[in-house]
Amino acid sequence: MSREHEITLTVNGAAHRVRVPGRRLLSDCLRHDLGLTGTHVGCEHGVCGCCTVLLDGRPVRSCLMLAATADGHEITTVEGLAGPDGMSPVQRAFADCHALQCGFCTPGFLCTVTALLEENPEPTDEEVLEGISGNLCRCTGYQNIVKAVRRAAELKAEES
Amino acid sequence: MKPPPFEYHAPRDLGEALDILAGAGAGGKVLAGGQSLIPMLNMRIAAPDHLVDINRLGELSSIDAGPGGVTVGALARHAEVERAAPHPLMVQALRLVAHPVIRNRGTVVGSLVHADPSAELPAVLAVLDGSVRLARRADGPADGVVTRDVPAGAFFTGPMDSAAEPGELAVSAFFPALPPRTGTAFREVARRHGDYALAGVCAVVTLDEDLHISAARVGCVGVGPVPAVVDVTEACERRPAATVAWPRVAAAVRERAEPDGDVHASAAYRLHLVGVLAEQALKDAAREAAG
Repeated sequence: MSREHEITLTVNGAAHRVRVPGRRLLSDCLRHDLGLTGTHVGCEHGVCGCCTVLLDGRPVRSCLMLAATADGHEITTVEGLAGPDGMSPVQRAFADCHALQCGFCTPGFLCTVTALLEENPEPTDEEVLEGISGNLCRCTGYQNIVKAVRRAAELKAEES
Repeated sequence: MKPPPFEYHAPRDLGEALDILAGAGAGGKVLAGGQSLIPMLNMRIAAPDHLVDINRLGELSSIDAGPGGVTVGALARHAEVERAAPHPLMVQALRLVAHPVIRNRGTVVGSLVHADPSAELPAVLAVLDGSVRLARRADGPADGVVTRDVPAGAFFTGPMDSAAEPGELAVSAFFPALPPRTGTAFREVARRHGDYALAGVCAVVTLDEDLHISAARVGCVGVGPVPAVVDVTEACERRPAATVAWPRVAAAVRERAEPDGDVHASAAYRLHLVGVLAEQALKDAAREAAG
């Protein structure tokens, strides 16, 4: 039972071959097998959103996916959001607007918001709230996070 | 909070998946979107011997809208169906399913097979009188496939329980199209945005040429072991929505509801809610039908 599986994950542009048991969660594979501890693990049942990563460009919960299911797919974690010129507009907006305090939920918010603004560069207030409704923050407060989403949309518009 | 050990299978086509499921019998479990199953594994509520991951079965990701209705394959994600918008009531329901990130992975057919009595999509399938197609390997040496279509009324057999037998794979679901001059709506009350509803009601209302209600049905969520479908056509007395005796209609819906109380809400509150939500959803649906 539970033999190992050899899988290939392309994470932040780099291909990794790893051997994992079938029950290995993608979140644990990223953190323990690949050493990418930027992806945080909170509730491990899909409620808190901390572990959100981009799978082929779309945000998903890495704690609700087996690493073996992700075989052959492209994953972007928080470590892959910055470009060669430094932090991405979403990351800079979070810093500018004080949208993080302890930082535990931040990787999930950054990945979620990055995808949200890719799909919808000018979200309405309601769309912003709906877009981040699946991510919990327990210390910073949502006001500054919402401000940062709007600021990130501005930065992206200015820079495109 | 890690899944228990299991044998992981990643079949490449439907035949291979059915072979593995046939061999696994009652110890087999199908993994599609995983947005309900993986939490159950992480919490050790489920401990299958064999997990059959169908995510490589691209043939099951179709969304086919025809004049008779919509057929959704087992791998069609909530978000994809929401974007394709093949049926108004499905879209209204999908917007209430968890959060957008969950809907990127979760599947419509998976929500049906999971058969949570608090979930939206089973109620939609039930109120529309849709069906689920189950496939399994034919007995004997030939590698044939046997399918059967199970109507919603027989598919949902209890809380988290469906008519799917060991060895069977739900390959698609069929949601019938709406007749002309028909409107739909979905109303629910949840403690927090994106949570499972305390109670919810989806409504389908058809008007005649004089805009009087000629047919009205509701599907109720969270007030019984399976989605409760109530035909309230008679209680609407073929009147226009403005003059329907709504308290009578709400009473007819409450009569069929059998909610349980829990830490989130008492049974009495859920019973109250389902009547209020039925009136709101039916009025919304009638307005849409007239529009």
